[in-house]
Amino acid sequence: MGDVDGGSLKRTPLYDRHVAAGARIIPFAGWEMPVQYEGILAEHRQVRTRAGLFDLGHMGQLDVTGPDALAFLQYTTTNDVSRLGPGEAAYGMLPNDRGGVVDDIFVYRKPEGQDGYFVVINAANIDRDLARWGELAERRSDLDVTLTHLSDSLGMIAIQGPASEAIIQKLTDLDLASLPYFSLRDTEIASIPVRLGRTGYTGEDGFEIFPAIERTGDLWDAIMDAGKDEGLAPIGLGARDTLRLEARMPLYGQELGDDISPYEAGLGWAVKLDKGDFVGREFMAAVKAEGPKRKTVGFKTIGKAPAPRTHYEVQVDGKRVGEVTSGAFSPTLEENIGLALIEAAYAGVGKPLQIIVRGKPVEAVQVKVPFYKRAGK
Amino acid sequence: MTSPQNLKYTKTHEWVLLDGDIATIGVTDHAQQELGDITYLELPEEGDAISAGETFGVIESVKAASDIYSPIDGEVVERNGDAVDAPDVINASPYEGAWLIKVKIADPAQVESLMDASTYDEFAGDAH
Repeated sequence: MGDVDGGSLKRTPLYDRHVAAGARIIPFAGWEMPVQYEGILAEHRQVRTRAGLFDLGHMGQLDVTGPDALAFLQYTTTNDVSRLGPGEAAYGMLPNDRGGVVDDIFVYRKPEGQDGYFVVINAANIDRDLARWGELAERRSDLDVTLTHLSDSLGMIAIQGPASEAIIQKLTDLDLASLPYFSLRDTEIASIPVRLGRTGYTGEDGFEIFPAIERTGDLWDAIMDAGKDEGLAPIGLGARDTLRLEARMPLYGQELGDDISPYEAGLGWAVKLDKGDFVGREFMAAVKAEGPKRKTVGFKTIGKAPAPRTHYEVQVDGKRVGEVTSGAFSPTLEENIGLALIEAAYAGVGKPLQIIVRGKPVEAVQVKVPFYKRAGK
Repeated sequence: MTSPQNLKYTKTHEWVLLDGDIATIGVTDHAQQELGDITYLELPEEGDAISAGETFGVIESVKAASDIYSPIDGEVVERNGDAVDAPDVINASPYEGAWLIKVKIADPAQVESLMDASTYDEFAGDAH
C-alpha cells in the first residue's frame, strides 16, 4: 500500500481521535494513518451496508486559477475539462511526456460564481505532481495560470455508504437529494464552511468534504455524532483498499504508473484524444490506434486458494504473461479477486490465468469488472 | 496481555504445548491481532517432516501473507482441518480452537529452550 517513508512521519489533525478509537496506525505515503479500527472485513461491510467515515488528510489539493486555467488543465490532463459545468467534476490523469501517468486526479470546476478549478491528488504523489505542473507551467509560459497548493491548509474527510446522504443532510441546509454525483458545492456542514464533493473511492454513494485544516476535528466530531443512529463508524485505509478494488477503481503505483498507458490500465474512457493537444497525446493516440499490447483484466481465483497480491506473476500454460496489480480477499463476494496487467492476447472474460503464489500456480478465471456495483447504479 | 502459562512461545509468535513427545503448535493472540482478519491457512500434511527455524505453513489476512515457523524438529501427526476450512477461528480462539498441527518430536529440550509466558508477554509488548 505505498512506500514507507524513512523520514519523520506527518499526522493529520485527526490522529489523536484515531488512536483513542483503537485504530492501528501505519506509515503510509509519509503519514501516520489508521489502517484499521474494528477490522478490515467489518469496516468494509459497514461501508457497503451503512456508512463509514474516512480521514483522507494525507491527500493533496490545489486550486488552479487565472484566465487560462481551463487551457492549462486541458493541456496537462487527459480528460476534457471544458465539458465541466460549474460545480461539476471529472476523473482524469496527469501524463508524463511518454504517454504514461504521473498521477490520477480529480478535477472539480468550482461552483457557480467562482472562477477556476479545484484538483485532488494522491498523497504519495504530491511533490512530483507539483513539480510536474510547475515544469509544464514553464513550458506553457504563454498561459496565465496560478497554481495554489492547499494540502497544508485543507482537511479532507470522506463519508461513504448508503446512509451518507441521510447523515450529512442533518448537518446542512443544502438539499443533498438534488445534488448529483460528481458535483461540488461550497456550503456549511455543522456550521463549518466546507467544499463538499459528491464523490468517492468505494463504489458507494457518499461525499468528500474539505474543511479548513483547523476545523477538521470539529467536523469529524459533528459527523460522527450525527451518524449515531445510522451506526456510522470510522474506516481505515485497509478497507478503503478492498472497497476500491471491488469497485475496480485504480490505485496509482499498482494499476497506474509512469510506464503504463491509460489504455493498458483500462482507463481510456478518461482520455479524450479529440479535445485538442495535451501532454503525451501522440503516444496515447498511438497506443489506442494500434491497440494496447497489455490489458488490465479482472479475475477470481477458483476454489479455496491463497489471495493474489500485487506483483505476483501471472502465467498461462507455464508462460509468464504479466503480473497482478492488485489482489485481495473480497469481503463482499467472499472470494479472492484481483486485477492483472497481462499481454493483450491472453485477455478475455472467461479465459484462464494462473497466479503464481509462493512458487505454485493458483487457477484463476477472468471475470467482468467492476466486481461490485451498488444497486440502482 | 497475559498469555497462557502452560505454553511455550517463540520470537515469531507461535505457541507450543508439550505433552509427552507430542508438541501442539499454534499462533499467539498477539499474532492474530497483528494479522487482523484471517482468511486463509496453509498447513503441512500428516507425515511431513518439519524443522526448527523453517516455515511449515502460511497464514493470510486481508492485508498480507505471513509464514508460520516451526520451533522444533519432528513429524506432523495431525493437522487441524477445521482451521483450514474456517481460518477465522484463529482470530476467535488462538489457543483452543485454532491449534494448527501436532508434531511428534525428537528432542523435547527444543521446547524447553523457548520463552515462558511472562518472557513472551514482555517480548511481544516491546515488539510493538
